[in-house]
Amino acid sequence: MIAYLLRRLNLFVVTIFVVTLATFALNYLFPGDTLENLSGISSHQTAEYNQIVQYHGFDHNIVYQYGMYLQHLWKGDWGISSSSGNDIVEEIKLVLPATLELSVYAMVLSLFIGIPFGFWAGLRHRRPIDLGILSASVLGYSIPVFWLALLLILFFALQLGWLPMSGRISLLYDIPHYSGFILIDILKSDIPNKQDALSNAIRHMILPTLSIALVTATIVIRITRRSVADVMQSDYIRAALARGLTRPQVFWRHGLRNTLLPILPQLVLQFTTLLTNAMIVEVIFSWPGIGNWLMQAVYVQDFPAIRGGVLAVSIVVIIFTLLMDIVLRVINPLKNRDIHGTI
Amino acid sequence: MKYNLFAACLVLLGIGACTDQHTTRQQLDGFIYCSEGSPGSFNPQMDTSGTTADATAHQIYDRLIEFDPHTNKLEPALAESWAISSDGLTYTFQLRKKVSFHQTSYFTPSRYFNADDVIFSIDRWRLDDHPYHRVSGGVYPYFVSLGLTSIVASVERINGYRIEIKLTRPDSSFLANLATDFAVILSAEYAQQLLDDGHPEQIDQLPIGTGPFVFESYRKGRYIRYHKNENYWHHEVSINQLIFDITPASSTRLAKLLTGECDAIAFPAYPDLNIIKSRANLQVDEKPGLNVGFWAFNTQVEPFNNPLVRKALAMAIDKDTLINTVYSDSAVRARSLLPPTSWAYQASAKDSSYNPVLARELLDEAGIPEGFTFDIWALPIERAYNPNARKMAELIKGYLKQVGVNVNVVSYEWSTFRQRLREGKHDTVLIGWNADNADPDNFYRPLLSCAAIASGTNRSNWCNEEYDSLIDQALLYSEPEVRSLFYQMANTILSDEMPLVPIAHAYRYQAYQNRLKNFDINPFGGIKLGDVEKVR
Repeated sequence: MIAYLLRRLNLFVVTIFVVTLATFALNYLFPGDTLENLSGISSHQTAEYNQIVQYHGFDHNIVYQYGMYLQHLWKGDWGISSSSGNDIVEEIKLVLPATLELSVYAMVLSLFIGIPFGFWAGLRHRRPIDLGILSASVLGYSIPVFWLALLLILFFALQLGWLPMSGRISLLYDIPHYSGFILIDILKSDIPNKQDALSNAIRHMILPTLSIALVTATIVIRITRRSVADVMQSDYIRAALARGLTRPQVFWRHGLRNTLLPILPQLVLQFTTLLTNAMIVEVIFSWPGIGNWLMQAVYVQDFPAIRGGVLAVSIVVIIFTLLMDIVLRVINPLKNRDIHGTI
Repeated sequence: MKYNLFAACLVLLGIGACTDQHTTRQQLDGFIYCSEGSPGSFNPQMDTSGTTADATAHQIYDRLIEFDPHTNKLEPALAESWAISSDGLTYTFQLRKKVSFHQTSYFTPSRYFNADDVIFSIDRWRLDDHPYHRVSGGVYPYFVSLGLTSIVASVERINGYRIEIKLTRPDSSFLANLATDFAVILSAEYAQQLLDDGHPEQIDQLPIGTGPFVFESYRKGRYIRYHKNENYWHHEVSINQLIFDITPASSTRLAKLLTGECDAIAFPAYPDLNIIKSRANLQVDEKPGLNVGFWAFNTQVEPFNNPLVRKALAMAIDKDTLINTVYSDSAVRARSLLPPTSWAYQASAKDSSYNPVLARELLDEAGIPEGFTFDIWALPIERAYNPNARKMAELIKGYLKQVGVNVNVVSYEWSTFRQRLREGKHDTVLIGWNADNADPDNFYRPLLSCAAIASGTNRSNWCNEEYDSLIDQALLYSEPEVRSLFYQMANTILSDEMPLVPIAHAYRYQAYQNRLKNFDINPFGGIKLGDVEKVR
């Protein structure tokens, strides 16, 4: 197990290294002055300029510059946003939790929708209900997430007026920033009408969560359905049925665990796709997450922010994937006998 | 277990949906204004853009005197009364007592507003060697474009609550300028504190004023948060919280107005007005605006330095069609710079008429061959004076094709656009002007005087000494009839020289939830939200 962990850690370090190399290269590939892209400071005052040159090692060769870059990243100095003038790490700390919060809720919701429907379809393999669910999921999968989001806004926000369409919570509630997760922050805060704030935040959450969750749920349905169908046709299930167990007994005792274990890694992998969808949906719902923030940065050509955002999202994805790998191995030690790293 | 959680989740979703029309106490007290962009600064002295003025001028600050939006007359504000000497050179202001500046987390005033604050606020833009003059860029476009820096000779304190301003020459628009969005009163005590702390630039980022709302926090591109000034000298402020929800897309602003997430929105788009009017809970107000949309020629570029070419191009376009298409009946045709609501409006001013045949003849006379090509820069954002400059540019392109002239329509991102305009890199530009006060000088001087070239508001880069002397002379008299005569003479020069083609004066619209009361259109510049009330 320790050898396994070490290998994972090694893979983690190498991957992060490649990402930092790529983001460092971006400074050269973005239009404009490399040093300005790196630091976010456009200074033509000689004294200050010399200081920046020295700080980023631009009076040395490119390898040294990269070394300085790594050192600054490690220290938490990711540069300054050229549009707002704020520290990039501070800005990311404000926006990244909002994205993670949205993604986690959407992931949970998609599992709660997808797995039961997947089981239902798998257990009724090739019957009308199965074909119905399968067609619905293929249809759902073909709908682009941004279009679905707009449809939901049109129907629930504009036509029916049930739900709000932008932001995380009405701006009238001034929730102090604590963890960045709005529900936790509301509970932690000492604002007068917590109940109202909570329900307001939940109402803001419904449409964005739903649009991401529905798209992911369609994939979950298909993965689960396939696995259930395979397991239910396997020999040990038939043997159990032949011994006279009822279908529910067979399913709960032998089917369920054997169905879920092999698909867990596939389900977990959906999280990265979901994160991408979340970043798109954020823009539509003006959700103050990192997707929205990156879009703004692209719009005003704030290169330090783009670089920082890309790096932050990559690190989140890498850490998440590796953690899940380890967790899955603990749950199911039979899997991943191979100790070679994959990502 | 799984199904239990699923059910719990559904219940949770249900709670959210059930409470939909539930209006909390907090929502009633708060006012959300969905604005179109982020302010450039929190000090309107530094920026003439309407976005900055809307967000700051009447919310955070007060002026010595104000315009009454209903009567267009000057009324006392921080100055209780004022007197003008008979030679028109000395202005004496008696200041209001017991007016306190905002108390915030970053500043606690130790004294009331007094003469020192007025002197500081004026000297900051007036004196090059003032310790605050160079802070935050040191550009004061409004005061520079009107030449106020040279008009004011001195600002002196007579006692703690009385000041005297001496002018170098009589200027009948001086009081009107003191009542504009830009002539705000800052706190000298706060400035001194910041100077001692070594962060003078914070005066324009963490503002302190005497106005109805106190600055709380700001996130660029997201929101500005204000709360009520409990000690406002003028009246009780009924709104506890004022929030600017920065929403650049006009379609999103409309949607948020429909869902009730905005109480009022900036610049409702013209095609959307009917949707808003059809909703029982929404209200649209309209008022003729003090603005002008125009097509300016850069007169320092060949061949637009030739008045013949400018007149020919003015004749080649059909203004009525442009107005019908772009403003959809929400504007009146402009004859000259001033809108019909101004007291100096000249109904008989000579207007160019659509005549493509004569236009071609004039172009031939000026030596412009068939197939000549130039650029029209189209304003990239919506403004009341020109809601869709790109469309207008395309229409003009069509008209000019008929007289054998080709056009490239050019546009940049707004701040880049203004930057390049200031550098004079354009051939012609579709842009406009929103007046900051009711005085006609506010149109004639910033748009076309020689001094306005340097400050970047003279889009034609046109300088005519005769014109300048006429508008200067107009300021020497205080009788409207006499001043009107000078402006009529200036109009004649404009129609002969045609440095710009005035196109339209647009109506101003305001769209809001009808539970708002006292939400009036301010015909001059920035919105005023201090009096607004929200009722059940």
